[in-house]
Amino acid sequence: MHDIAPQLSNFIELNWIIVTYLFFVGFVGGLVSGFIGSGGAFVLTPAMMSLGVPGLVAVASNMCHKFPKALVGAIKRAKYGQVDLKLGLIFGIFAEAGVMYGAHVQEVIKNTFGNDGSNLYVSVIFVLVLGIVGTYVLKDAYGTYRSGTTEAKEKTTKIARWVQSVNIPIPGTMIYFRSLNAKISILFIIPLAFATGLLAATIAVGGFIGVPSMIYVLGAPSIMASATELVVAFVMGFGGSLKYAIHGLVDIRLAMIILAGSLFGVQLGAIGTTYVKAYMIKVVMGLIMVIVLFSRGLMVPVYMSHLGLIQPITEGTQKILKNTSFAIMLFALFLGAFIVLKAIWQGLREERMAAKEVMSPGKI
Amino acid sequence: MDGVYEKKRPYIKMIIMGAISASLYTFLLLKGDFVVQICAKGGVYAFLPIAMAFVFSYVHGGFTGSFWSVLGVDAKKTKGVK
Repeated sequence: MHDIAPQLSNFIELNWIIVTYLFFVGFVGGLVSGFIGSGGAFVLTPAMMSLGVPGLVAVASNMCHKFPKALVGAIKRAKYGQVDLKLGLIFGIFAEAGVMYGAHVQEVIKNTFGNDGSNLYVSVIFVLVLGIVGTYVLKDAYGTYRSGTTEAKEKTTKIARWVQSVNIPIPGTMIYFRSLNAKISILFIIPLAFATGLLAATIAVGGFIGVPSMIYVLGAPSIMASATELVVAFVMGFGGSLKYAIHGLVDIRLAMIILAGSLFGVQLGAIGTTYVKAYMIKVVMGLIMVIVLFSRGLMVPVYMSHLGLIQPITEGTQKILKNTSFAIMLFALFLGAFIVLKAIWQGLREERMAAKEVMSPGKI
Repeated sequence: MDGVYEKKRPYIKMIIMGAISASLYTFLLLKGDFVVQICAKGGVYAFLPIAMAFVFSYVHGGFTGSFWSVLGVDAKKTKGVK
């Protein structure tokens, strides 16, 4: 990576349109991240690349805005008592190992199959992981909604109950976690965290595994899982940023402009979690995952045709598929942001009306 | 009246943090090329983007937090879902 940095020294020229665009996309990404613990990053990297930022600089700059954003979001949500710091730090450390390994896998694939092979790999992982996990999360949220138990405490899954019941007698490995209200073995956390890191290194959003695994496998409540994911994102983002910064790949202007917007968003997203029922976290996360799945799925034939696995696709069709894919990704993010904003708006309105009634009970 | 749910709003914090944040961003945008070139050196200069990220997140995070509070957009008063 060392040799690449000098070639990339031609960082892009900034103008007000670019600054406003990045600020705005940063805001929407931050809003979603503050609410579900991650997300947004998958749009920001392609958004920067569409401006002519080289791929590695886009990834590095995205990473460098991600860890301070996650830090601010985590602090905000810790004030609401939603963060399990111990779980987040332990999860984050092993996720970082997953990031390192994932980056290595990416490099091997790129060296063996070239850019298109690497893109195909990323898209297939996107489709597989988001297809399986996203559908499950959405199905679970829909089930809660249909059963009318949205106000009830979230049920712990069978597997989480089993994980919490297992006692592995290796000294120092059984740890109590506040979010689970139980002692579990760290040996269960390692593979989940590692997979989260692997996914983060592949599609830039580890939270799509991290949050569901904390909810369904470990048994954490959705609100706490999404808040704790911000700690994980901070640890992973910090490690990644340091690595890229050592190689001189961070465009700090881009990172800080995105941060400017995303800090407005992350604060708002965090506030939003105090107004919604827990299953809404799953609704937003599941919806984004399933929509993004279609976005990446559209690109699979393009990369397959580049690799000669299917018949060649014309330039024009490729362009249409690429633009549609990006538009669907933006739509996913905006839909998530819209749901969060609507929840805050409704919550604030209801609270103000309730306060008015309390202050003037006789006045109807 | 609208002041039914009156709460002390952090105007001073917002103004101070906002002013510092605006200065930091003005500096970054005006001297962007210079800063980027130093960051691109990598190696020990890696501390610069990392330190900047922390400083900006503290200052701008303080500003954005108080900004929403001043606008009356705060967390639900009753305890959030756990």
